[in-house]
Amino acid sequence: MKIAIPVVDKSMESTICISFGRTPYFLIYETESKESLFLENSAAESQGGAGIKAAQVIVDNNIDCLLTPRCGQNSAEVMNCANVIIYKTVNDSIKENIDAFHDGKLSLLEDIHAGLHGHGVN
Amino acid sequence: MLVYMDMESTNMKIAVLGGKGGTGKTMVSVNLAATAKKAVYIDCDVEEPNGHLFFKPKGIESEKISIKIPFANDRCNGCRKCVEFCKFNALAYIGNKLIVFDDVCHSCGGCVLLCPENALSERNKVIGEIQNGSSENVTVSSGIMNTGEASGIPIIKKLLEHDKSGDCLTFIDCPPGSACIVMQCIKEADYCILVTEPTLFGVHNLNMVYDLVRLFHKPHGVIINKCLEEEDPAEMFCMENDMKIIGKIPYDNELGTLNSNALISVRESSKYRYKFSWLLQTLMEEVECETAINS
Repeated sequence: MKIAIPVVDKSMESTICISFGRTPYFLIYETESKESLFLENSAAESQGGAGIKAAQVIVDNNIDCLLTPRCGQNSAEVMNCANVIIYKTVNDSIKENIDAFHDGKLSLLEDIHAGLHGHGVN
Repeated sequence: MLVYMDMESTNMKIAVLGGKGGTGKTMVSVNLAATAKKAVYIDCDVEEPNGHLFFKPKGIESEKISIKIPFANDRCNGCRKCVEFCKFNALAYIGNKLIVFDDVCHSCGGCVLLCPENALSERNKVIGEIQNGSSENVTVSSGIMNTGEASGIPIIKKLLEHDKSGDCLTFIDCPPGSACIVMQCIKEADYCILVTEPTLFGVHNLNMVYDLVRLFHKPHGVIINKCLEEEDPAEMFCMENDMKIIGKIPYDNELGTLNSNALISVRESSKYRYKFSWLLQTLMEEVECETAINS
């Protein structure tokens, strides 16, 4: 199973990024092989709609599950269309969240926010 | 009572703006329009239009305002050129299907032009309406945006598109602030009135709209509202920056009461009819002077 996590830097020791759409990198982690790679988030610098573009990146990389602290409504809609399951992270540690996911301890992300559109960019 | 001036028969557009809500933009524009012999009042504060509450216009005609939103037909082969093109990321291509996010789309039409397969068409999406009516000497136009819509600019464009004024004064009641939506409102204005309050906070907000009118090279003057008999930072700011103060409106219970009862002060009280006639006269002299310099 392929999971994705928004992360601050290209390292397993890095922390989870609070923003899904504008995270600098995604960690792509294959649960069976335990292989990991870091993907630059091309949506991070978007003028608007970063969440939509980031979700497109997730879908295009055939991700099964996304582990994130937060997610906006538009991003969630894109990922729902592609059956990506969104889990809520428990803290900012990459390793602890992957372990929690393994043990089935993560719950689904339910508080999808309406987005921060237009705040400070108009 | 002052004599109405001939100047009023000229076709002038005067935008009334302010850096924040509650400075008195609507009070000033409504009362100035009601004071003029014949005027057009345009409420561009489409998120919360309230000028109509004062004018209670009659003979209202409504017109729905729509924007164009793209949609894909069967010819779409998933090349994603439109997805990559959209600067606002309003499009996503998931599971062999194009998804369009209405709220994010800016209706630029670029994707439709770009599509190599001609697979995109546009549909209309209603985002609000314009209401035109009249109240005695004033033609009243209000723009009303539906709750939750992202941008009122298409409504404002439509409001200002028709030159309804003919040979009379037009007052454009702008939304608060100095964002894109206000720029749209002042673009075609001949003169800008900056409404502010005699406080440090008022100065801060005045400075924002002052920057804006200078950027657009618009002749402008200031009306200071809610004035007290004390030191006035807004007046000092105007003096330091050589800005013309068209008038000062006192902090007055009577005016406040009339206003909060949605009454037009110049139609209710001779004191305010006189006060606003003075303001209008000063304004027209200033407009005449400034626009003559710039023409």
